[in-house]
Amino acid sequence: MINVQNITKRYGDLTAIERVTFSVNKGEVLAFLGPNGAGKTTTMRILTCYMPATEGTARVAGYDCFDQPLEVKRRIGYLPETPPVYQELTVAEYLTFTGRLKGMGRTDLRSAMDRTIERLSLGDVRHRLIANLSRGYKQRVGLAQALLHDPPVLILDEPTVGLDPKQIIEIRELIKSLAGSHTVILSTHILPEATAVCQRVVIISGGRIAAVDTPERLSARLRQSEKISVTVKTPPPDLAARFRSLPGVLSVFEPTDSGAFLLECELGRDLRDDIARLIVTQGWGLLELKAVSMTLEDVFLRLTQHEEGMPESGALGPMAGAEVVRP
Amino acid sequence: MTPVGTIVAKELRSYFVSPIVYVVGAVFLLIFGVLSYLAVVNAGAQAVRLMQIQGAAAQLNLNDLVFRPTFYSIAIILLLILPLLTMRLFAEERKLRTFELLMTSPIGINEMIVGKFLGAYTIFLGLLGLSGIVPVILSLYSSFDWNPVLTGYLGLALLGALLLATGVLASALTENQIVAAFLSFGLLILVWLLGGVGSVLGDNPLGNILSYLSFIEHYDRFVRGLVDTKDLVYYSSGMVLMLFLAHRVVDAQRWK
Ligand SMILES: Nc1ncnc2c1ncn2[C@@H]1O[C@H](COP(=O)(O)OP(=O)(O)O)[C@@H](O)[C@H]1O
Ligand SMILES: [Mg+2]
Repeated sequence: MINVQNITKRYGDLTAIERVTFSVNKGEVLAFLGPNGAGKTTTMRILTCYMPATEGTARVAGYDCFDQPLEVKRRIGYLPETPPVYQELTVAEYLTFTGRLKGMGRTDLRSAMDRTIERLSLGDVRHRLIANLSRGYKQRVGLAQALLHDPPVLILDEPTVGLDPKQIIEIRELIKSLAGSHTVILSTHILPEATAVCQRVVIISGGRIAAVDTPERLSARLRQSEKISVTVKTPPPDLAARFRSLPGVLSVFEPTDSGAFLLECELGRDLRDDIARLIVTQGWGLLELKAVSMTLEDVFLRLTQHEEGMPESGALGPMAGAEVVRP
Repeated sequence: MTPVGTIVAKELRSYFVSPIVYVVGAVFLLIFGVLSYLAVVNAGAQAVRLMQIQGAAAQLNLNDLVFRPTFYSIAIILLLILPLLTMRLFAEERKLRTFELLMTSPIGINEMIVGKFLGAYTIFLGLLGLSGIVPVILSLYSSFDWNPVLTGYLGLALLGALLLATGVLASALTENQIVAAFLSFGLLILVWLLGGVGSVLGDNPLGNILSYLSFIEHYDRFVRGLVDTKDLVYYSSGMVLMLFLAHRVVDAQRWK
C-alpha cells in the first residue's frame, strides 16, 4: 500500500533523512519509532505530499507522491505534529470545512461527521470554539479531521502527544480498531506505544532506518542475541559487509563517531575469536573487542541519546549509519 | 461545494469572527463619509462664492467638486487599509500550521489562492457597496451625472482587486502578519510612486513604461468617466500576475 524507495531529504546542508526504504502492507499498522529530530515528521510530510523528497520515490496506493499528488492526497488522512485546527471555528464548522476540502458531498459529510464525533467522543464540544478547547481535545479534533472521510491510509504524527493516560488508551484502542481495514503509519518516541498498537516497528534515528521488525521479534532478538562491540584502526569501506558475511553474524550497526561497530550474533555462539582472526589476518588493526549486552530499551536509549544535550546539527546521532540486515 | 467555494466560505467565516473586518470596515466607511461630507461643505462654500460673483446663474458641478476628490482620497485610503485584510491569509496559516492541512488536502494551490483572494474581495465589494449610500443620499438632494460616479466605482473595484492580489502575494511571503502588511504597503507605494518617477523622466520609453505601471493614471481615467480597455487590461493582468507570483511562492515553499 505504501512503498518508499531510497528517499533522501535535505534542508540546505542538513540531511534530515537519508536513503530511507520501507513498505507497508494493506491493513497493517506500522510505527515509526525514534527520538526527536530522527526524521519521522520529514518522512511523513513526504508521504503526504506536503513536500517532495530530494531523492528517491514514494508511492501510496500505487500513486507516486511526486507525479500524482492529488490522487495520493485523496487517499490519505493526515494528522500533522501540530493539530491543524482553526481557533476561530467551532468543532462542527471545522469538520465541515475539512470534509469539504476532501471533496465530501453534503449527505456523506453529515453522516461521517456524526460517526467521527461519536468515535472520538467529541459530542460535548461539538459547538464549542476550538480556541477554548484543551490540548487533548484539539488533538482529538485533529484526529477527527484525519478520519472523517474514512481514507484507506492514515498517517498520524505522534497522535497521543498531549493526551492524558485515559485518552491515550482510548486512542490506542481506536488505532488498533483501524487495523485490517486501514493502513496506518504512526510516529512515536514512546517505545511501549509502538509495541502496543503496531504490527511492525521501524526504528529510525539520525535520518536512517536502524531496524524494521515486529515488536515481538525485535525485542526477542535484541534480548536474546549476543552483541559484540568492535573497534578497528583502519576499517575498509566494506567492513560492515565483511562482518556480515561471517557465519553467525545477524546484523551490523555502524556508528559514525565512536568508530565502534556493533555486531549482533546468533545466540550461544561466541564469535569473538572469528572476528579477531578476520581483523588480524586482514591487517586492519584491532583496537577493541568486547561482548555487550543490550535490551530493546538499551537500543532505544542509545537511539534517544541525542534527544538531550546533543547539538541540534545532530542529523548524525550516535547510531547514524546503523543498519540491520535480517538473515 | 467546489474547492474554491469551500475556501471562500471558510475565509468569510474567519473574517467575520475576527475584529479586523469590523475595524477596516468602520474606518473605510467613516473616512468615506467624512471625506464626502467635507467635499460637500467645500462645494457649498464655493457655491456661495460663485453666487456672489455670478449671481443666481452659478452652476455647481458635484461631480468635479465632490466625487472626484473623494475618489482620489479613497484610493489612498484603500492602499493603507486593504493590506490589513489580506495580511492573515497565508501568514496565519503558516504560523498556526494549518497550512499543512491545506497543502495535504486534495485541492490545488491555485484553488487555494483564488479562494482566499475571492474571500477578501467579497469583503471589499461589500464595503464598496455600503459606501454607495453616499451618492444615493446626495442624489436625493441634488443632481449630478451618475456616469462618472459609476465608472469611478468600477475603477475602485479594479484597483481594489489589484491591491488585494498584491496583499495575497505579500502574505504568502512570510509567516508574520505584520511583516505581510508592511510588505504590501511597501510594494503598493512603490508601484504608486512609479508614476511620479515616470513623469519626471518625461516622454521617453522608460518614462512611459513607468507611468504605465503606476496604477494612478489608469484609475484617473475611470474617475473622469472614461472606460478604456487598456485600463481594464492593466488591472486584470496586474491582478493575475500578483496571484501567479503568489502561486509560485506558495509552491516554492514546499521545496525548502
Ligand atoms: N523545515 C526545516 N528546515 C530545516 N531543517 C529541518 C526542517 N524540518 C526539520 N528539520 C530538521 O530535520 C531533522 C529531522 O526532523 P523531523 O523530521 O522533524 O524529526 P522528528 O519528527 O523525528 O522529530 C531535524 O534535525 C530537524 O531539525
Ligand atoms: Mg516530529
